[in-house]
Amino acid sequence: MTVHMHELAITESILNIVQRHAEQAQAKRVLSIRPVIGELSSIVDDCVQFYFDHLSQNTIAAGARLLFERPRVELACEACGHTWQPVDADWTCPQCGEARARVVKGREFYVESIEVE
Amino acid sequence: MSPDQVPVVERILRANEDLAARNRHVLDMHHVHGINVMASPGAGKTTLIIRTAQALQGRRSIAVIEGDIASSVDAEKVRAAGVPAVQINTGGNCHLDAVQVQKALGQLSLEGVDLLFIENVGNLICPVAFDLGEHTRVALASVPEGDDKPHKYPGIYAAVDALVITKTDLLPWVPFNLAEFRRLVRGLNPDIRLFEVSSVTGAGLDEWVQWLMELTARK
Repeated sequence: MTVHMHELAITESILNIVQRHAEQAQAKRVLSIRPVIGELSSIVDDCVQFYFDHLSQNTIAAGARLLFERPRVELACEACGHTWQPVDADWTCPQCGEARARVVKGREFYVESIEVE
Repeated sequence: MSPDQVPVVERILRANEDLAARNRHVLDMHHVHGINVMASPGAGKTTLIIRTAQALQGRRSIAVIEGDIASSVDAEKVRAAGVPAVQINTGGNCHLDAVQVQKALGQLSLEGVDLLFIENVGNLICPVAFDLGEHTRVALASVPEGDDKPHKYPGIYAAVDALVITKTDLLPWVPFNLAEFRRLVRGLNPDIRLFEVSSVTGAGLDEWVQWLMELTARK
């Protein structure tokens, strides 16, 4: 049995969003798409592009390139306010040693814009 | 014609999230508390659910939605334990989504149910992105999987309300640094509830069950 990775469902959603916005803008063609997906979401970019090339055939978005922005995780310490980018899963504050980090960046999961003509 | 930038700014899984909100509303109307149970394959999800249902017998009424890529082995096990269960086969999908849960809800009688366990497909990555309409998200981590999982899959530990460390009866036999594991998980998620349970010996089950009782306290 083929196992469909979650990238397939995510690609279908991206394509739906792109088609709707491209039609609203009365575009002829979508050239590129800017998805913003934070580092905390495990997405394989190449996998999404691969599914996209396949699913978008014969649509307004055929041949469009996905220009991923992948914001790195950024944390803020609830105790001392220090902000930093963790290098591994140890999210203890390097400044004060408290383990009360709030995620400031890294959870993004949206389509920022599309380039159309 | 020159290219144009069209601003979109739309959440990628909005359609799923909208449907999840409707599922949550259905559960709310029936006063059912939904729990999305996520873990890797073999972490002991089904066994914990069955043990939990047995421990809550007479105190809370439970129903289960079982998600698997194929087979109805888990739902049969749960039903054999006397708990109403519906099986979802995802047909190859590595996670449950709100559409599948909506269908399953249609096959369950929610009347009188206090607690609905939705057992997700065994996987530490894919299920995290998909809201099902649950109220609470729980992950399991079994001792034999090793204590390095937070390094490899920080996303799931940062996204759940509670983590149950399962198969703790194996601690004497398997290298697993419980203190370091707890420290890492707490670092990723300061508000997380941590439980240590052995479904075999029953150790730690009381504390977990007590927490579920509080979640589903009748108003």
